[in-house]
Amino acid sequence: MSHSAMETYFRDVASLLDRSLVRGEVYTCRLDAEASDFVRLNRGKVRQPGTVTQCYLRLHLIEGSRHGEESLTVSGDLARDREPILVALARLRAALAGLPDDPHLAYSTEVRDTRDVRSGSLPAAEALIDSILDAASGLDLVGVYSGGPVYRGFANSFGQRNWHEVASFNLQWSLYHRADKAVKTAYGGFAWDAEAFAAKMAGARQRLALLAMPARLLEPGRYRAYLTPSAMEEIAGMLCWGGFSGRALHTRQSCLFRLNTGAAELDPSVGFSEKTGDGVAPAFQDEGFTRPDEVPLVTGGRMVGSLVSPRTAREFALPHNGANASEVPESLDMRGGELSDDDALSLLDRGLYIGNLWYLNFSDRPACRITGMTRFASFWVEDGRIAAPVDVMRFDDSVFRLLGRELIGLTREAELLVSSDTYRQRSVASMRLPGAVVREMAFTL
Amino acid sequence: MTPSSLFRHLGCDADFWSLRFVDERAECYAVRKNVPQPPFYVSDRGAMLTAYAAGGCGYAATSDLSIEGLQAALDRAGVWARATAPKSLIDFRAVPRPAPQGVYASPEIDARGRTRAEWYELLAEESVAAGCDPRIVDWEATVETRTAEHRLLTSSGGDVVQSYRFVMPGIAVTAHADGDTQVRTLNGYRGLAQQGGESMLERFRYVGSGRRVAEEALQLLLAPNCPSGKTDLLLLPDQVILQIHEAIGHPLELDRILGDERNFAGTSFVTLDMLGSYRYGSDLLNVTFDPTCPEELASYAFDDDGTPAEKVYLIRNGILERPLGSALSQTRAGVPGVANARADNWNRPPIDRMANINLEPGDASLTEMIAGIERGVLMSTNSSWSIDDSRNKFQFGCEWGQLIENGRLATVVKNPNYRGISASFWRSLERVGDPSTVQVLGTPYCGKGEPSQVIRVGHAAPACVFTDVDVFGGEA
Repeated sequence: MSHSAMETYFRDVASLLDRSLVRGEVYTCRLDAEASDFVRLNRGKVRQPGTVTQCYLRLHLIEGSRHGEESLTVSGDLARDREPILVALARLRAALAGLPDDPHLAYSTEVRDTRDVRSGSLPAAEALIDSILDAASGLDLVGVYSGGPVYRGFANSFGQRNWHEVASFNLQWSLYHRADKAVKTAYGGFAWDAEAFAAKMAGARQRLALLAMPARLLEPGRYRAYLTPSAMEEIAGMLCWGGFSGRALHTRQSCLFRLNTGAAELDPSVGFSEKTGDGVAPAFQDEGFTRPDEVPLVTGGRMVGSLVSPRTAREFALPHNGANASEVPESLDMRGGELSDDDALSLLDRGLYIGNLWYLNFSDRPACRITGMTRFASFWVEDGRIAAPVDVMRFDDSVFRLLGRELIGLTREAELLVSSDTYRQRSVASMRLPGAVVREMAFTL
Repeated sequence: MTPSSLFRHLGCDADFWSLRFVDERAECYAVRKNVPQPPFYVSDRGAMLTAYAAGGCGYAATSDLSIEGLQAALDRAGVWARATAPKSLIDFRAVPRPAPQGVYASPEIDARGRTRAEWYELLAEESVAAGCDPRIVDWEATVETRTAEHRLLTSSGGDVVQSYRFVMPGIAVTAHADGDTQVRTLNGYRGLAQQGGESMLERFRYVGSGRRVAEEALQLLLAPNCPSGKTDLLLLPDQVILQIHEAIGHPLELDRILGDERNFAGTSFVTLDMLGSYRYGSDLLNVTFDPTCPEELASYAFDDDGTPAEKVYLIRNGILERPLGSALSQTRAGVPGVANARADNWNRPPIDRMANINLEPGDASLTEMIAGIERGVLMSTNSSWSIDDSRNKFQFGCEWGQLIENGRLATVVKNPNYRGISASFWRSLERVGDPSTVQVLGTPYCGKGEPSQVIRVGHAAPACVFTDVDVFGGEA
């Protein structure tokens, strides 16, 4: 199905729903669809190539203050989908009859249409895979290529129509030296640039050579550290796990609850905001509300805002700001600092260069204390230069310390990190993050 | 048209092809802070076509279940197989082409279930009971019921129909006072999950659990932090399952050992040369792959490649016997495995997964286990999990802790955590609970794979005692 065909299909679905409502009913409908090529690679060869063409509708039927939702798969051909859509509508209608009013129901009645189509230029995946493997000749490459169009749509019975269509790719690969010693690299975008890919691969090869040096085994203790933007992505990801949620803050479940009350604070250079305007995610949310370009969350080290969904807004009498029900950032932006990349290593001087972190979780959520592992290319640095790869280490420390009194500085350039998440569907989330030099970070195992 | 009649209409010149059809339906209900949340229904239907051609293998999945949609997917699978054959990691000409025949059905598959109104009534009662104190700031009673019809048809004549029914109730309570927040749940988030009907509600005393869980959350608010130090550790089954999952299940996955997951989920400290001789744990450690336990979450008769499933020992008397490897991985590695090629849905290909990974019971009652500990900590219900990409250095946290002093349960402690190394931790297994301590649990949220998949896995486990474990609590 071509891009325009999917958009036309969704408008036809909306027209069908418009015609199928009975008096007093309201609907919202979301479309999540994609036509994705996924190719797994291992040992420099193809492990598992395939294509997934999927289309999900999420239908929300409202009558007064009673409502229910159904997610259903459809074919993308309305002649075939008419019956299952009407069956779902009838099932929801029957369910509503026995439900009480929902005091927290919220949906948009102000019509705001949006349309954002970013069609890239992607060669056939089969050809790309050949060029990727040729570039990795002689190397132990493992990874995955994901590419193709992703569609997000919204429609409601007030006539609002929103469309978000992105044709993109994301290649994530690791070059292995041996055992768990590897360099991980990502190349993503909207148009495949052979030169840009070649440069990424050359950089990965260079770092791979560093892993051939004898590894250093560090004892548990506190070490000075530089966290690359990729490592920061894992820490920011933990903060996104309810940390910025208006509902989690009000119910005291957020890991940033103490930051919100002033019982904890971060370094004044730390700032976070949800910057939909600079991200890859759609500018509309599940109930049809549009999102502001920016929602400040942390400014000057202090919490100044949160992500509030329309439902949370109703429950706690707050203004909402276009957040989805999960209240998880989809375009998190962390303000950059003053350090150049070269400054970061010289400022680190002696300590750990942490290329990636892995498998983080809370060891004490109210204290925003997090544990996790170093992974991939992490090195011991002496005199501002990489001296040796290090064996994996477990850290256990509080973000209130790491980005608080232990923070020395942030890099000037914040890197755009497009999510590689493919659970159920390809994610359209992203983060823009700097690297961070910290005075000490606690390693325990 | 039925899947089998659709399959008969498809044409392909591949050496072998298959259609895997999945039709899952779910109903989700919740009452949060005594407010019924809107019902959420799922109807998820689609198919995956797989083709072997010229020594390669490709797949294509589609939610278009018309003949045209399926044929287009089969054609695409064939294109992938041929296009990648020269660079395929595996020569699929050497891979078995199964022709399985059989059926499977969950227990109580046709038993009457609660109506929507009856579910809301039950959840409302538990919600009211849970919101029993001003310090309880958030609480929720939930349930997800799910049915699934899986059909596998192969060009070699295979035809497998497997019908599943799942019930997954939950309770979560958040208590807050003096700047501290404690969360208590019924066996963890979606930790109560079984195949079959609603009789599981009685087995896990769901009725009345709202009040019970809330009272425990309030106790945690008043509790001191878990002390630090090396001590004996008594894990109850709802934490033992996490320990099995992360530190036995994942490291034994053969595709990890073969390197497929190194870019994402990770590798394994286990290597093929360890099979048959490596001491994974103490003599008391007996771990099985058991798809035959009726109510367990991942019981089935065939995996998604059509391999018949049977109970197999993975670790016997502490010695590693075999990995979790599907027929394809067995061919690649040249070692025996299990029937564990599993996909989480129609739109993801099968890979090596855990299914039901169980720790076989020992001979100690819970009372005897507690009585045998002079100084230690009991921990239950996982709240935090983290382990390195080789599945070795781990750190896990629990919702509930209780000191054991001179053979008796003593003070409740909050934020209990422990850390260790898989390769040595299981060797410190000192006592294994008898069948009276076993709980059949699992999780519907095991993540792995590229593209990523989240799948249902079951774990049955007794209580277990480990010695000299590094335990600690939260910030002061």
